[in-house]
Amino acid sequence: MNIQLTHIYKRFGAVQANDDVSLDVEAGTIHGLLGENGAGKSTLVKMLSGFITRDSGEILLDGKSISVKTPADGIRSGVGMLHQDPLDFPPMSVLDNFINGRPGRLFIDRRSAVKEFKAIAEQFNFVIDTEEQVGLLTMGERQQLEIVRLLSLGVRTLILDEPTTGISASQKTALFAALKKLAKQGKSIIFVSHKLEDVEELCNNVTVMRAGKVVGSSAIPCATSKLVGMMFGRELATPVKPATSRTDTAIKIEGLTIGDDRMDVRVNDLSIKRGEVIGLAGLEGSGQRLFLLTCAGVLRPFAGKLMVNADGRLAEMTGKSYHQFQKAGVGYLPADRLREGLIWGLTIQEHVVLRTPSDGLFVNREASHSVAETAIKTFNIRGKTDTRVGQLSGGNQQRTQLALLPTPLNLVLMEHPTRGLDIESTIWVWQQLIMRCQGGTSIIFASSDLDEIVQYSDRVIVFSGGKVSEPIATAVLTASKLGEMIGGKFIGASAS
Amino acid sequence: MDLSQLVIILATAIATATPLVFAAIGETITERAGVINLSTEGTILLSAMTGFAAARAANNVLVGFAAAAIVGALVSLIVAFGAITLKQSQIAIGFVLALLCADLSSFLGNPIVLVPGPTVPSMPIPLLQDIPVLGRLFFQSDLLVYASYLLIAVTWVFFYRTRPGLLLRSIGEQPAAAFARGNNVIRMRYLYTLIGGALLGIAGAAFSLDFKAGWSNRATAGYGWIALAIVIFGGWNPLRAAVGAYFFGVLQSLASVAQSSIQSVPTQVFSVAPFVLMILVLVLTSGQWLDNLLSRLPVEVRRPILRAIRAPAPAALGKVFEQD
Repeated sequence: MNIQLTHIYKRFGAVQANDDVSLDVEAGTIHGLLGENGAGKSTLVKMLSGFITRDSGEILLDGKSISVKTPADGIRSGVGMLHQDPLDFPPMSVLDNFINGRPGRLFIDRRSAVKEFKAIAEQFNFVIDTEEQVGLLTMGERQQLEIVRLLSLGVRTLILDEPTTGISASQKTALFAALKKLAKQGKSIIFVSHKLEDVEELCNNVTVMRAGKVVGSSAIPCATSKLVGMMFGRELATPVKPATSRTDTAIKIEGLTIGDDRMDVRVNDLSIKRGEVIGLAGLEGSGQRLFLLTCAGVLRPFAGKLMVNADGRLAEMTGKSYHQFQKAGVGYLPADRLREGLIWGLTIQEHVVLRTPSDGLFVNREASHSVAETAIKTFNIRGKTDTRVGQLSGGNQQRTQLALLPTPLNLVLMEHPTRGLDIESTIWVWQQLIMRCQGGTSIIFASSDLDEIVQYSDRVIVFSGGKVSEPIATAVLTASKLGEMIGGKFIGASAS
Repeated sequence: MDLSQLVIILATAIATATPLVFAAIGETITERAGVINLSTEGTILLSAMTGFAAARAANNVLVGFAAAAIVGALVSLIVAFGAITLKQSQIAIGFVLALLCADLSSFLGNPIVLVPGPTVPSMPIPLLQDIPVLGRLFFQSDLLVYASYLLIAVTWVFFYRTRPGLLLRSIGEQPAAAFARGNNVIRMRYLYTLIGGALLGIAGAAFSLDFKAGWSNRATAGYGWIALAIVIFGGWNPLRAAVGAYFFGVLQSLASVAQSSIQSVPTQVFSVAPFVLMILVLVLTSGQWLDNLLSRLPVEVRRPILRAIRAPAPAALGKVFEQD
């Protein structure tokens, strides 16, 4: 379906989110919509799919002007959208999610629904168990489910908002193959992303947005520097992690067994030096989070020992509380920043107060105000002391989390440290982390971004299907080997 | 204890639990749609009183049930309007209504305290009632009790086998996703809050026209609150909520037997005991110790057990839905 958006305007309060935006997408092509976070990309596609209404401007589908007021209108005119945070029902089964919103009789005909689901899923080699609970699927599988669902509703234009965030490398390959196939069938795809390499790999054309406006468009291939120039107005360089030179141990693990209601995971003996960075690779939900939570003192291991270097000597920490871990200089940055890391309705200054140990009843407002101001300055947070953290952008939330880490800091545990962050924030976050490492802080982080893992880790541990690999030095690691291991091929890979 | 005694205890338990079944299932339906109707205690009292008064005036039990259902639905309409349209705190609205309706029932019901009135006639089912034990337990009751069995089954089928049932569960879980799939979240939340409220009303009438037969001040004291606990205990599943209601019925029934056989203990102990035991069971099934115990089991066994015992609340329960 040919799509034309002409002179679209949208304002949220004081922010002009879309300012005279026009976009042409031809049927049978994949069109990239590139830009930093907050550039107005999501706003634009949400207006096309009916999730928000535009202030002015026109939407033409195959030359016909349409009005989309609700997502249901969007589907009816053939436009479906995949959201960054999947809009599905985690506690329900895949099949229930698929059926929900489809027309049909009072009593659900599950058998024919399964048949229809499988017919579409097989076209794209998506393998999903229809009876599995959606909350237990990986982000990539939830995406696949949503694609199948939208296609079954007759969607002819598919919009994907940051679809490569949080999915594994193999799922990304499968997704790209599926999108190319859809384009070949004559469907039009709008691929919203802030990741240059994804757009360059997949798209036929690209439109770049910055600060609510279209700053340029181009056919692909196109020089990367030209796209970067359009996105930022200048060039950017990624930081490099220097090799670790220290030899003293920061954390020592002896045969840990951890688990939840889904799986048991065993981590062999492991000792991490101060200043070292350990990357945890693997499909999401393979035990990386359990491992991080255990190292943070949130989860108790079923068996095994955990020792942390505090004040120059290794102290046994197994079974101690999260607060004792914090006192030993262990900091944890969860991926879900607003739910687990920060408190939505509290200001930056109030977070400083919460962190500061105090015996008194009253809060020392001046002291906390100046600490918060310093933190905002040093961590370059775009906000004021009385800004609620819920109103900060993802990058600024992550900066706030970093600013709130305990001192002295011996070990930082991070889940997806740069998920959802724009390139500038990502670079900034890693610059900070590398500086901390040089001061002797060790880092363990899980990420689904293999490039991030290879670029910043000293050693990598792979989690796959309940198995945990020995740590592998990044120097001897290639991306393809890592990919194979994530797929479960551990044999011969255990040499560290 | 011989068999006949046991049968009596269980039969009493079923009779005690019947109003609770209506209340717990009604509240389960409402909460599945994402709305907490915390006014249960007040709604049940007010509808028990009105139901009895109406049935007495018309000398017709059905009129009484209809009046009670309307009262229940009206109270829940206030909850729905405040929670969904005005987007106010559901907890505050429900709690205030619980207190208000309870006092209102005492005030308005004063003239009919302890006066005689119509009750639901017993209706044993021919042939089936002669089956030993089972007949006495299940087939010598009245139409209301049979209706409660039907309600459990119909609600379960509706929840898990029909399209609107799936939609009902989804609007309490992720209203934004349900809206994206073309559902009118607001209208459906109103509808299910009203249906749940009407069932709470019927629960009230079940007290005054059947189980307790008559009206006295605060006659149903505590049952509204326990119904809320049973909804949680039942994991927002109608079948398990019914099990919770019957479990509470058994506790009540045992307490009254114990009360008559052990005279040395104050009667208050026995009237409170079922509530305390109910809390204890809730604590036991949700406690950390269970996780530690289950961690010894292999994953394949652990997962179904945890899933059977614990059910998370609907994710959007009590939250305002903003449609933008």
